[in-house]
Amino acid sequence: MRRRVIPYFLLGPGTAWLLIFFVVPLYYMGKLSLESGFVGSLEFNWHWDNYKEALSEYDTQFIRSFVYAGAATLLSLIIAYPLAYAIAFKAGRWRNLMLFAVVAPFFTTYLIRTIAWETILSDESPVTEFLHAIGLVPSGHILATSAAVIAGLTYNFLPFMILPIYASLERIDVRLIEASKDLYASAAQSFWRVTLPLSAPGVVAGTLLTFIPAAGDYVNAQFLGGAGNRMIGNVIQSLYLSQADYPSAAALSFVLMALIMIAVVVYIRFAGSEALMGEENAP
Amino acid sequence: MSGDHGLSGAWRWLREHAVNIVAALVVFYLLLPIAVILLFSFNDPAGRYNYTWVGFTLEHWAHAFSRPELNEALVTSLKLAVLATVISTIVGTMMALALVRHQFLGRRAANFLIVIPMATPEVVMGAALLSFFLLLGTFSLGFETLLIAHVMFCISFVVVVVRSRLIGFDRSLEEAARDLGASSFDTFRLVTLPLIMPGIFGAAMLAFALSIDDFVISNFNSGTTVTFPLYIFGAAQRGIPVEVNVIAMILFSFTVAAMGFATWQQRRAEKMTSVRPEQEAGAGMPAGAAAAA
Repeated sequence: MRRRVIPYFLLGPGTAWLLIFFVVPLYYMGKLSLESGFVGSLEFNWHWDNYKEALSEYDTQFIRSFVYAGAATLLSLIIAYPLAYAIAFKAGRWRNLMLFAVVAPFFTTYLIRTIAWETILSDESPVTEFLHAIGLVPSGHILATSAAVIAGLTYNFLPFMILPIYASLERIDVRLIEASKDLYASAAQSFWRVTLPLSAPGVVAGTLLTFIPAAGDYVNAQFLGGAGNRMIGNVIQSLYLSQADYPSAAALSFVLMALIMIAVVVYIRFAGSEALMGEENAP
Repeated sequence: MSGDHGLSGAWRWLREHAVNIVAALVVFYLLLPIAVILLFSFNDPAGRYNYTWVGFTLEHWAHAFSRPELNEALVTSLKLAVLATVISTIVGTMMALALVRHQFLGRRAANFLIVIPMATPEVVMGAALLSFFLLLGTFSLGFETLLIAHVMFCISFVVVVVRSRLIGFDRSLEEAARDLGASSFDTFRLVTLPLIMPGIFGAAMLAFALSIDDFVISNFNSGTTVTFPLYIFGAAQRGIPVEVNVIAMILFSFTVAAMGFATWQQRRAEKMTSVRPEQEAGAGMPAGAAAAA
């Protein structure tokens, strides 16, 4: 009897907190998204038009968010994999120092990091001048372009890509790689056919952990982008906090959440679910 | 001929070290903004905008806490982070214990409830909470609602970190304690808790870092209360004072120190569990130290 009650006692407070302050608010946001009128005179009347208007008015921002987040995720993957690989297999005594470098950005405030990129990418900075000189940035401006926002997103969410890939690479039994070499696989073959598939759970987890926050972000677009780079997060933020158009903002938030859920489900179907739920079902 | 040799040698060296070279470049990329923040904390900007390098000064380090509004925001952030960390660590550790140690009805649902906030964009969480607070009307936006929000998004991360520590736990140590006559409470207090302490400490550090750094969810639910990131956001339009960079670097140093401490503590805990009779000789530990352990 006692043993049966213990888990519920342990789970109780946390579950209650998450139910009341995460699940119930989603219900309230759903209710708000179907109301019409303005602050003070909001009325619940199954006003589905909010969704129709939200989608038709802000479709560009939706598409832009997903394109930016997708590009940032892909870039992060390309940048993160070699580093994770080096930390796992080649770093030796440098390993802890390199892991420190990966998490170090988290120790400075997100906003200040992004503002530091504003400095780095500004027109007078050596970085911009260098890229201009070698012809990569013909206009001489990086700030207020899509490239700046994608660069910011890539930087800010990169550790979320590196850490899971590193964790899955580190767990690989090196004997498997050695075995493939004994069986006359070339270095490239043993990488593509042994190492990479074994690190797939890390890649799946990393892409999700990067894509989801990137798609909803509005800080990078705010500081590094211009008027033409607004993402859906910027729209939701300004509708909620400046224009007080709560029903439209709530509808947009719901659509964003639904689209991300769909993207995640499709992706997991395609890539396998062990990465996300794998160890949770351990005894 | 020898030039050709040198070239192919250089090419081979490059091929062999390609991964390391890329890794070094990525590390540089990761640390670059931090270097910029540090550099600009010594800047002496001409106007209100601290974006271009003007000249070196120690002025802002000497008077790091000379801006009352900034200090107030920092104190609010620290208070909030401490409270959110304490609550989420206790509640999250309890959940992790239930999930790893017990079989019960609804475990999958509980797992799902923990994963889902981590898979939700912050802007949606912030917007949902604001909708809730607005329609309910019982909470006035401010410190209280910020605390509720911060605990909410920290819980999942605490559970994940503590759980990974619990999964790797050697339960024979607890069985040994029980065999030696310890009650289940004493076993928990004297064996389990000290061994999972590094995990709990790590989780607490993560919660603290998440809370003190949070901007998006706080942006939605702060009312007129100002935290450190919200202060920066507000100041961005009229020019961020250099003191912000100084304080950011001070926070950075403290976090690095705390992380060093956590690593040291974890190593110590690992040493504690690795002391087994059959391993003493192999580990080459002095007899006296082994006996004391």
